[in-house]
Formats: sequence, structure tokens, C-alpha cells
Amino acid sequence: MHVNTRMCLAIPVRVVELLEGASARVDMGGVQKDISLALVEDVKVGDYVILHVGYALQKLDRDEAEKTLALIAASGVQPA
Amino acid sequence: MRYIDEFRDGKAARALAQTIAREVDSSRRYHVMEFCGGHTHAISRYGITDLLPPNIRLIHGPGCPVCVLPIGRIDDAIALAVERHVILATYADCLRVPASKGLSLLKAKAKGADVRMVYSSADALKLARENPDRQVVFFAIGFETTTPPTAVAVLEAQRLGLGNFTVFCNHVLTPAAITHILESPEVREHGTVPLDAFIGPAHVSTVIGSRPYEHFAREYAKPVVIAGFEPLDVMQALLMIVRQLNEGRAEVENEFTRAVTRDGNLKAQALVAEVFELRKSFEWRGLREVPYSALKLKEKYRAFDAEARFEVKTKPVADHKHCECGAILRGLKRPWDCQLFGTVCTPENPMGSCMVSSEGACAAHYTYGRFRDAHRTADHAP
Repeated sequence: MHVNTRMCLAIPVRVVELLEGASARVDMGGVQKDISLALVEDVKVGDYVILHVGYALQKLDRDEAEKTLALIAASGVQPA
Repeated sequence: MRYIDEFRDGKAARALAQTIAREVDSSRRYHVMEFCGGHTHAISRYGITDLLPPNIRLIHGPGCPVCVLPIGRIDDAIALAVERHVILATYADCLRVPASKGLSLLKAKAKGADVRMVYSSADALKLARENPDRQVVFFAIGFETTTPPTAVAVLEAQRLGLGNFTVFCNHVLTPAAITHILESPEVREHGTVPLDAFIGPAHVSTVIGSRPYEHFAREYAKPVVIAGFEPLDVMQALLMIVRQLNEGRAEVENEFTRAVTRDGNLKAQALVAEVFELRKSFEWRGLREVPYSALKLKEKYRAFDAEARFEVKTKPVADHKHCECGAILRGLKRPWDCQLFGTVCTPENPMGSCMVSSEGACAAHYTYGRFRDAHRTADHAP
């Protein structure tokens, strides 16, 4: 997987291990990387966070993601 | 749930496209600005324009930090490396931006300047710790997403008592730029640039929340729908915008609820408020001077401010006279309206800022969209 080195793009990554000093090891499609948790709170192993320039910017909410996917599915006219 | 593939499903996208096509009012046009370069990139990469009815026009906004950074500030960064012999730590995005005298940070590096690419503000801090006898300047650019990491680095430098780490701050603010666009004569007179609604930024909004956009919906009667960066997010947001405009509503709606709340990331906001304060004015490439649109370090963090330590005095620099980046950033022109586009100006040899970053309107169109040009019809004209 391409590991993003550009500043502006941010991606969802899964936290696989909490490390010392408000940081964590994350998995991005098989590639592991250590990132800072200085900007977020209450992150647990298994959570997905948005990774941006080495920092977790926000946690992703699974329930809300499923609601959005359901909304998208309901919005679409199924092609015949 | 991996939060990526689920939002890239082609079948769901085509189904959404059918709904949009069914619901648009064929007697009107829909002019929608995606403010953020992340959306510009997604729209080009996934060919979203091709899925839309011809009366929806997407206008690429100025939300690409590399694109709006004035040349004079890149010149300053080069001068810090070349004349003041600092280690200049920069995000990769800035390396190839054309500066004055045919230079760029990359070319300056090739000529011996100590320019280092970093992935994170923490890497810049590490350079300072590893090189105690050198001055390290972090070239801080970006919108509200990169600002909190810079704040963390400044506070960490203070905690460590680092005397050789400073920040050359170029952080800019999304709401100020949206206000500037809405107040511009082209938009107010509703002649040159019709603008009906905004797709609100994804990651910027994770930090600032949806609340700051409520002003635009209320005062300017423009719908704002915050959207994630995946193709289904953008399609769903466009459907929500079409429905608002059809029903005469102008509200802030949030399609990206999996990461954006009304209040945003309060911890990040508090860190930014601790370290930075507003500049009275800041030059944006393409928008010129925009009042209260950028941040600088507070006086109490002066010891970490590169502008103070190295007495940086920025000189304004005009763009290449045929470069249309300014008009493109304001939505007045599109990449193919520029005579330099794809001829002298390419991603390998960018003349203007919109070609430098992959989020720039020109680079995105060059990479993903230019092969459609042959099929473009009058329907796509503004």
C-alpha cells in the first residue's frame, strides 16, 4: 500500500497498540506506523482514527459511519 | 468497517447518480464550490463530474494550502536556508513550488541548502534535538488540520527548552477565505461567478466542527454540506445540496458525521488558541490580501517564532503573467482556460501553484481529467 507522505491527504487507520507518551502504533493496510495521540482523547486499541501529518485528528464513529452508508443506500435509485 | 472501501462502491455511486439526475430541476443550474483540495482531488480521481447531470457545475475552491501560499513566503523559506544557513524542515508538498529566480526549495537543496523533508512537525522537532548546534526552522503551512500539530511542536519545544527550534508560520483559516469569496464582487454581483452552495471540508471540519459554517448559511443564504473525502460522500453531499436548493433551504448539513461534530475537536482548538493569534491580514495567492485569515505565534511564544528571530520581511511577488492560477482559485476560470495549462505548465514543470500540489485544480485536472477534454460540449460551459 502506498504510504502517504504528502501533507494534505489524511486517511483512516486502525490503532493496534497504545505506546508511551500519548502515541500509538497504527495499521494502514498492512503497513505499521507510530503516530501521536496528542490531539485526541480516549483512544483504544481497535479504534479507527483519521491520520494527518503524523497526528490522529479525530476518532471515527462506527455507528455514524453505518448510518451514513444506510442513508447512501436508501438515497440511491437501484439501476434496473 | 474499514471506512474506505465501503465509501467507494461503484454500484452505490451509480445509484446515487440516478437519484441526483432524477431530482435536479432541468430549468436551472447548480453552482457548487468544493472549498477543499481534498474534494477537488477525489472529484477528479473518481470522475465524479461524469456521473453528474450537465447542469451541476463544480467550482474548485481555494482550499489547497500549497496553492494559496504566496511566492514571497517560499522565497523567505529559501532565504532562511540559503542565507541564514538554517535546517529548513518542510512538508514534501512545498518542495517543488516555483519561487522567484527560477528557484524552488528542491532546487535550493540541490545547490547545497539544508532543506529536509518531514512528514510531521514532530520530525522537525527531532531534527532540532539531533542538531543542537544548528538552527532548525519548521516551514508550517496548511489550514486548521495542520495547525494543531504545529501548536503541539511549539509547546513541546518550550517544555524541552529548545533554543534552536522555530516555526515559520503560514497557517491559514478556512472560514475567512469563504467569507472573502462570498464578499468578492464577482460573487456578490452574481454575474461572473454564480455560487449557490458549498461542499464543506472534511478534515478541517473534524477540528473546527460544523458550527462556523452556520454563519454562511444564515447570512449569505448558501447551503453548506460537510462531506467526507470518499466518492460516495461527495455524491451524497451533492444530493443533499440539490435537495436544499430545490426546496429553497440554506442550512448546514453534515454528511461526515462519522468524524465531524458541531463543536469539533475541542482539545485541538484549545492547543491552537494557546499558541496562536490572528494576523490582521495575510496574502493568499489568487485571493490577494484577506483580512484576519491567518495565524501567527503569540508574543509569549516569540522565542519560537522564525519571523521574529530571523527578522523575516516578506516581499510580494507577482505571478507569471500568463498564469491563471488566481482566476482559477477564485472560480473565474478553469484549468483549460489557461494558455500555459498542459503545454509549458505540467506537474513535472509547474509554472503556477495550482499545478504543484495534487490537490490543486490544474494538477488534478491534468492527472485525471484532461482526456475528457475532447468530449467536452457546450453543456459544460459555465
